[in-house]
Amino acid sequence: MATATVSVTINGVAYRGEVEPRLLLADFIREICQLTGTHVGCEHGVCGACTILMNGEPVRSCLTFAVQANGAELATVEGLAASDGTLHPLQEAFREHHGLQCGFCTPGVLMTAIYLLRENPTPTEREIREGIAGSLCRCTGYEGIIRAIAAAAPVLAAARPS
Amino acid sequence: MKPASFEYVRPASLADALEALHQHGDDAKVLAGGQSLVPMMNFRLARPAVLVDLNALPELAYIRAAGDGLTLGAMTRQRQIEKSPVVRERSPLLAEATPLIGHLPIRTRGTIGGSLVHADPAAEYPVVMVALEAEFTVARKEGTRRVAAADFFQTYLSTAIAADEILTDVHVPGLPPGAGSAFLEISRRHGDFALVAAAAAVEVDPSGRIVSSRIALGGVGPTPVRARPAETMLAGQQPTPALLRAAAATVMDQTDPPDDIHASAEYRREMSAVFTRRALTAALAKLDIRV
Repeated sequence: MATATVSVTINGVAYRGEVEPRLLLADFIREICQLTGTHVGCEHGVCGACTILMNGEPVRSCLTFAVQANGAELATVEGLAASDGTLHPLQEAFREHHGLQCGFCTPGVLMTAIYLLRENPTPTEREIREGIAGSLCRCTGYEGIIRAIAAAAPVLAAARPS
Repeated sequence: MKPASFEYVRPASLADALEALHQHGDDAKVLAGGQSLVPMMNFRLARPAVLVDLNALPELAYIRAAGDGLTLGAMTRQRQIEKSPVVRERSPLLAEATPLIGHLPIRTRGTIGGSLVHADPAAEYPVVMVALEAEFTVARKEGTRRVAAADFFQTYLSTAIAADEILTDVHVPGLPPGAGSAFLEISRRHGDFALVAAAAAVEVDPSGRIVSSRIALGGVGPTPVRARPAETMLAGQQPTPALLRAAAATVMDQTDPPDDIHASAEYRREMSAVFTRRALTAALAKLDIRV
């Protein structure tokens, strides 16, 4: 089977791989790039665990082929914390407000929330609920997630250059 | 849960894409946003030998004012439609239906053309297009043709499009001034396909009398259903709760809904009347007519 070269940047770092066209982007990120923070749950676009940012927008990496991402800028959960391990304010808020328990859905929720707060720095609770409705969480009952995103919003808005 | 092998083609022009389809015929499948096709490939319900990816064709991704309505490129993402002020202004019904499609990270990839050609009878866009009497431009190597939405949807997941054709443009007529519209649906969970979806557009004269209406339903049969008997009953009448209820009741005879784990056929049929009435009521409310 013919292979194709895929070059992407993930969290600002260049990665390159020689892959079959059928390789899903989620598997490229986890297996070729060895970035296992992006989780794979349902593999048909329902659970949201594999959600990453592709050219700034949240996408299901299980519903995109790696070859389609050639040349794209990707962002995954590994890019959130600072290199010294200091958590991103959104991650800090998730810890503070019990926005996670087992952590399986968390990478997808965090990346969706990053986009959400970038598009709408002052979301209502309703808008937060709508925004993360594409991520399934079986532990928290969502309340902690919603509180965490609401708490992170003013922190991120204040940090943003006006 | 991994797709079978395929040959990947990423044409840089529409002409190249049509040539690839001409060459591969039934072995090829067109990849638009991939939000329905890729799950089917992951489950191996679909195993195309060749995948023709339209994502490198920016000329198919646009939203333009045209006449009193809109023309949209088939590769326009649902998220772009959701955020578009031109869509909100020129086709409020299309704008209202869009946020109901899947979830945000689905709409960033999912396209209007992909949704229409996939033709799930419970999907939002086919219902909107039937209600608004949209037309589609379909291209093949030899040329293009235009197909009316009413003739496009043939049965479950089947359209008038041939294996060597690509849906390129979606023409959405505007509604007359003095028309209000609404899109409503019921689903078990937010973001699911609708159990029943209803689109209504109502034109009234200055005295508040209904001049004409368009009603279409999704999820109640193998294709979207245009509720013409209800439209006929409403024409020329002053809207009253009794009239809307009577007109909405006629849609039940037009439905042939599926019976499955999500809802019984009987429930869906009942809801087709309820949601027709509510959509009509909501469409009139946009004109400040409270029924």
